[in-house]
Amino acid sequence: MNLTLHVWRQKGPEAKGELETYQAKNVSEDQSFLEMLDDVNEDLIKAGKDPIAFDHDCREGICGMCSQVINGKPHGGQERTTVCQLHMRSFNDGDEIFIEPWRAKAFPIHKDLIVDRNALEVIMQAGGFTSCHTGGVADGNALLIPKPVADYAMDAAECIGCGACVASCPNSSAMLFTSAKVAQLAVLPQGKGEAKARVKNMTETMLSEGFGNCTNHYECQEACPKGINVKFIATLNREYIKSFC
Amino acid sequence: MHLITSSVGRKLLMAVTGMMLVGFITVHLLGNLSIFAGSEAINIYAEKLHSLGPIVWIFRLIMLGLFAVHIALGIQLTMENSSASPEAYAIKARLKTTFAAESMIYTGLILLAFLLYHLLHFTVQVVHTDAVATLQPLVNGRLNVFAMVGNSFNSAFVSIAYVVAMCALFLHLSHGLQSFIQTLGLNNGPSQDKVSAIGKLVAIFFGLAYIAIPLAFLFHIVKI
Repeated sequence: MNLTLHVWRQKGPEAKGELETYQAKNVSEDQSFLEMLDDVNEDLIKAGKDPIAFDHDCREGICGMCSQVINGKPHGGQERTTVCQLHMRSFNDGDEIFIEPWRAKAFPIHKDLIVDRNALEVIMQAGGFTSCHTGGVADGNALLIPKPVADYAMDAAECIGCGACVASCPNSSAMLFTSAKVAQLAVLPQGKGEAKARVKNMTETMLSEGFGNCTNHYECQEACPKGINVKFIATLNREYIKSFC
Repeated sequence: MHLITSSVGRKLLMAVTGMMLVGFITVHLLGNLSIFAGSEAINIYAEKLHSLGPIVWIFRLIMLGLFAVHIALGIQLTMENSSASPEAYAIKARLKTTFAAESMIYTGLILLAFLLYHLLHFTVQVVHTDAVATLQPLVNGRLNVFAMVGNSFNSAFVSIAYVVAMCALFLHLSHGLQSFIQTLGLNNGPSQDKVSAIGKLVAIFFGLAYIAIPLAFLFHIVKI
């Protein structure tokens, strides 16, 4: 199939960017979206032009590196799918595709489609860990964690930190990301000790890093390639209330 | 201090003040609906309310405080949030959010404008003075609130202004009610969509019930 791409090109963090139009020819429907871009880049390089810069790493949907807003939807909008796992069979011959970077004040653009997502790391450093001594490998079942609790923590831990929640949020809030980390640790015995400080520090850092406030649009849940539910934001709110008790 | 500066703290204050204002409009609505119970009902209601004296003023001060916090936070959060997302997408799909959620600041400001107009109309009584002048004591000594309200709403302009404002109230509540539940941390995942649906239904009820009052007078379903 042949496609028309409108891709955000920006030479550097301070440069002014704009959408440029490219033709993607003879695209196979079995290609992933990133492989399609690889082919476009090969043509650009052959023509002596600067290839489109985009983030990617594992290309199997678990690293959280790929970060493109495709036709207004982070990761292209296919349920529970990262850009690298989005395949060209989702598109039709002749389609026009808009490809833009994550847009948020907290995610400054490095180049083209690559943004700096370090702000999420700063939130993690504010409390996304436990500082208890874990010692050697514990005996199995020495620390009993009920299955529903373990499942709940695992659901939250599915977050790969890609930032799609921020990209989709009208307020550029990182609340879904932060809540997944807070909720995951809050329900487990290792995390309970520091729960009160964690929720305050992480949400405060979210704000100081330039993310917006959550106003319950729930766009994040729909955009999340790992299906993180906004119930974790409710949990974060509950943890915040509990931090005053 | 953390409560009034932090992201989640302000979210909670927004939710709690909002829900208290919903409490107010519930009581207000019950009072208003007395126009459907004959002309004397609302006059008796108004007389009883005024006989409370200083309690009315305490209540008004509390209301002023609630509105001030809710409005100030709303404006502050909107400004912070728009500065957090300075550049718009060339194309942005709406995945889950609603028009009501996106227009909270606008419906909120419409409601603020309406609130001021409404106070000037029925409380300070400096607009629509012809209709307001019919607030005369009846033979039984009670002020004829029913006539003042009825004569005001017989004007299509006044009625339409109230109906428009109540549409804004409906939109504001349809996002706000479910938002309250989420903000207090009472959602568990499966409850999310149900809470949203119930919130919308309650908002529709409030909107329709309030709109019924001016329209009842305008279309002479309730006669003065």
